[in-house]
Amino acid sequence: MTSLTELCLYEARDGLKNKSFSTKDLILDHIDAMESSRKLNAFITETPEIALKSADLSDDNYANNTNRPLEGLPLGVKDMFCTKGVLTTASSKMLSNFIPPYESTVTDNLWNNGAILLGKLNNDEFTMGSSNETSFFGSVINPWKKNDKQAELVPGGSSGGSAASVAAKVGVGSLGTDTGGSIRQPASFTGTVGLKPTYGRCSRWGIIAFASSLDQAGPITRNVKDNAILLNSMCSHDPKDTTSSLKEIPNFESSLGKSIKGLKVGIPREFFQDGMSDEIIKMWDNGKEWLKNAGAEIIEISLPNTKYALPCYYIIAPAEASSNLARYDGVRFGHSISSNDINEMYELTRSDGFGDEVKRRIMIGTYVLSSGYYDAYYLKAQKVRSLISKDYSEAFNKVDVMLTPSTPNSAFELNEKCDDPLSMYLNDVFTVPINIAGLPAISIPSSKDKVGLPLGLQLIGKPFDEETLYSFANIIEESSNFESLDDKWWLK
Amino acid sequence: MSVDIDNVKKISKLSKISLSENEIEKFLTDLNQIIGWVDQLTEVDTEKVAPTFSSFGAEEGIKKRSDIISDGGYREDVISNAPKSEEGFFLVPKVID
Amino acid sequence: MVVKMSNLVTGKTGDWEIVIGIEVHAQIISQSKLFSGSSTSFGSEHNTQVSFVDAGMPGMLPVINSVCVEQAVKTGLGLNAKINKFSIFDRKNYFYPDLPQGYQISQFEQPIVGEGKVVIDLEKGVEKEVRIERLHLEQDAGKSMHDQHPSYSYVDLNRSGVALMEIVSMPDMSSAEEAQAYIKKLRNIMKYLQTCDGNMEEGSLRADINVSVRKPGDELGTRCEIKNVNSIKFIGQAIEYEAKRQVDLIEKGEVIKQQTRLFDPKKGQTRSMRSKEEAHDYRYFPDPDLLPLTFTDEFIEGIRKTLPELPDIRRKRLVEDFDLSPYDAGILVSDKETADFFEIASKDSNSKLVCNWIVGELFSTLNKSNKTIQESPVTPENLGKLINLIDDGTITGRIAKDVFEIMIESGDNPVSIVDSNDMRQVSDEGELESIIEKIIQSNPDQVKSLEEKPNLMGWFVGQVMKETQGKANPKSVNELLNKKLLK
Repeated sequence: MTSLTELCLYEARDGLKNKSFSTKDLILDHIDAMESSRKLNAFITETPEIALKSADLSDDNYANNTNRPLEGLPLGVKDMFCTKGVLTTASSKMLSNFIPPYESTVTDNLWNNGAILLGKLNNDEFTMGSSNETSFFGSVINPWKKNDKQAELVPGGSSGGSAASVAAKVGVGSLGTDTGGSIRQPASFTGTVGLKPTYGRCSRWGIIAFASSLDQAGPITRNVKDNAILLNSMCSHDPKDTTSSLKEIPNFESSLGKSIKGLKVGIPREFFQDGMSDEIIKMWDNGKEWLKNAGAEIIEISLPNTKYALPCYYIIAPAEASSNLARYDGVRFGHSISSNDINEMYELTRSDGFGDEVKRRIMIGTYVLSSGYYDAYYLKAQKVRSLISKDYSEAFNKVDVMLTPSTPNSAFELNEKCDDPLSMYLNDVFTVPINIAGLPAISIPSSKDKVGLPLGLQLIGKPFDEETLYSFANIIEESSNFESLDDKWWLK
Repeated sequence: MSVDIDNVKKISKLSKISLSENEIEKFLTDLNQIIGWVDQLTEVDTEKVAPTFSSFGAEEGIKKRSDIISDGGYREDVISNAPKSEEGFFLVPKVID
Repeated sequence: MVVKMSNLVTGKTGDWEIVIGIEVHAQIISQSKLFSGSSTSFGSEHNTQVSFVDAGMPGMLPVINSVCVEQAVKTGLGLNAKINKFSIFDRKNYFYPDLPQGYQISQFEQPIVGEGKVVIDLEKGVEKEVRIERLHLEQDAGKSMHDQHPSYSYVDLNRSGVALMEIVSMPDMSSAEEAQAYIKKLRNIMKYLQTCDGNMEEGSLRADINVSVRKPGDELGTRCEIKNVNSIKFIGQAIEYEAKRQVDLIEKGEVIKQQTRLFDPKKGQTRSMRSKEEAHDYRYFPDPDLLPLTFTDEFIEGIRKTLPELPDIRRKRLVEDFDLSPYDAGILVSDKETADFFEIASKDSNSKLVCNWIVGELFSTLNKSNKTIQESPVTPENLGKLINLIDDGTITGRIAKDVFEIMIESGDNPVSIVDSNDMRQVSDEGELESIIEKIIQSNPDQVKSLEEKPNLMGWFVGQVMKETQGKANPKSVNELLNKKLLK
């Protein structure tokens, strides 16, 4: 009998509504899949008891016709979202024993809509990384493998666990966070759909902060329709978050199937890199064709400051992080190493609690904010940020969306890049500018490379125009006929 | 601009992360590589440009709360994760002013 | 070496000027904290007024309290200062156990209020202007207690996140007296505005005093900051000690190190703060969780309209409307509650007399029993009635003092006290004449001695008063005695 995990989010939703099976049955299959996928190391904390208890409640709701939009649907949650009473670690030793007494607004919205917590997902420590290799709890393994090769691959990062679990069909969707590409890049590496909403769409309250002006929560799913459904339940205006938008939240699901005739697609010439692989160029060209065939107009545009986005990001994000992570001092929660002297306690706790990449970024951040360097680095970066944002807002006077590849390459092997931080940072070249400008963007699996690994196309939208993104994403998905993973090697 | 050992030691002190001699060497190399790379921003003419500190549209403006007591009063929860606490206080090694 | 309570310190090498600048931290009167909804009330059980935001827990975010913003604007207007229509919140980054986030949300280069000024009142009616550099909003820190345990400090975060206004003066003060007058004025203005209760004992008003010395005409000397001085008296002592310390050091040929110091009230000395010895690099940057604060002209004008009458204006009005001397009016307005008391008491009474009685008898009574005027056992209405009884001759001034004593004990109104104790003035000439006759008859020796010792008249007056239990009208007694005895 096929596992119910084969059903995507909307299929499971419809199945539950039609009473084709019970929530309990659905959850049991997903719990089973979760337990059998431990080789992927996608989950840090599995929550089967919570899931089963919630399943009973959902079954009651279906019986009484009081079922809510996501009733009974199992989701994995990146371990950056504080979940009340459930271990939340940020994938760090520093929070390896932290049990939040509060629930993040985004996850609260989901549980209030009837969704069920399957478990907390692994990620790069404090979301700092692009391969999920910096986690205190070990690396996540990409469910995809190169054709006929055994080598373990990275799922991308920082939301590696979120992407891997969805690709492995554990949970019908997952929550990630995206600060510089942490949803879109792993989505591209794992053949899943990942959206970073406009900054301010989802509340940041209760999400462990990395870079406050860039962080956004977003859904990772198996397909575009699932993604739209999940996003609707995540968004809300939150008075507890000053940066949370008051803009009306439309029904995203209804933008699927909307015509894109006459709409304009911008192709930023600066995203065309020297040495770009043939497969990526071909995928990009295909993307343009598909959208043209659907009636859109393809226009070349220029985003002149694109190449400065990465260095700009690697000043701003570490700076904000260095301040956001100052609260981890061993006093009120988290890891703590005793000493007779408070300064020594701080130093021992932080040196032992943080991994190398986190330390590196805290130090960069401290450096660029420090006296004598603030103007040349931090202030400068924020000015470059204005220029980058201006590039996009001017371009969006001419086009409605932009199309680019999501990543410069497909998933690489574990341990291939972790000795060279800079080369790791270059993974985010196509995704980072979008966070700097606060725009929404989505990665859709569109093709495979020579060795059979997924590649994704990225669509970038105007502020608060996720609807147009979904209309376009839908076209790409329908046109690409991307075949999802079928070899569940971890079960053997 | 290049980063020197004194910079690294100062940063380590400011951020309360102590480093071994090996680590200082390693971070010195990493930091120099990264700072050297971000230095390319000096190519950009930003003389007449105002900085952006948030990617959120300024149109909505800063949101405020009304002055009512709407939070606090749950000491047990606040203390619940404290590594060291006593009678509702957080404990730290004695600080002498 | 002589230290004068004046503007110059005389050292071995001559006279030195003291240069003083003050940073005041004033807790804003509000129900809840600056960036969280926890209560701000004083004296609660530790850590019960702490939210997850105040405790700096992972994922927590600040949301600003609109009333705190208004209070800061109000205070700025009361300081005759420029309200900045655009200001930014910055993070001040450093580690300390009473600072849960590892940074304080404050304002650095673009504060909510800019330059202003305050007129301070010195002795003998002298006024001086002290310029204000700026006022900004920031979070207060929690409290650590170091004496509860041998090896641990106890941290209470109740105060963490309470709204503070930091008011920075220019270094315009040059003596302990001026510094004290400045604090008093500032406190008074904020009490009038109800933006800060000015209670230094409870810590709602704290002052960091920056002191340096120089020879008149020289460049500014290196300053030392004396942190968290929490009484006006200590401010005076701290400045005197510190100025002397610095002069001594310089005259010995040593250099003043820029330091942060603490005042020890028991020893009357300042000492260096160990924990603040290293220079801090606070790495200020705009808080990405908060957007800039902006105001329209209408908003600012709206606040201006709600301002109550401020002390300087009130003083002028009391002089004009109540015919008081500027000096007397100044004493009354230096405490808002005293001025309020005065105006109620003088409503239907002789304002000059009321003023005298407040500053004399009432203050003396309140000081003895360590009460504030709000706790006065004598109500302003009743004081007014007492003054009327004196003014219209119902009782003598002397008897009034007795009545006042009874009013303090009982809280009763003076009219009923006078009636029930038969304290009315005796002015009837016939009655007084017969009493005087009786005394003259019974004391022939005194009468005789009067010629050589005219001062004995006082003895006769005293006898009449004794006979009448002090109720005799003094004027009439004097007239009658003169008539009878000085023929």
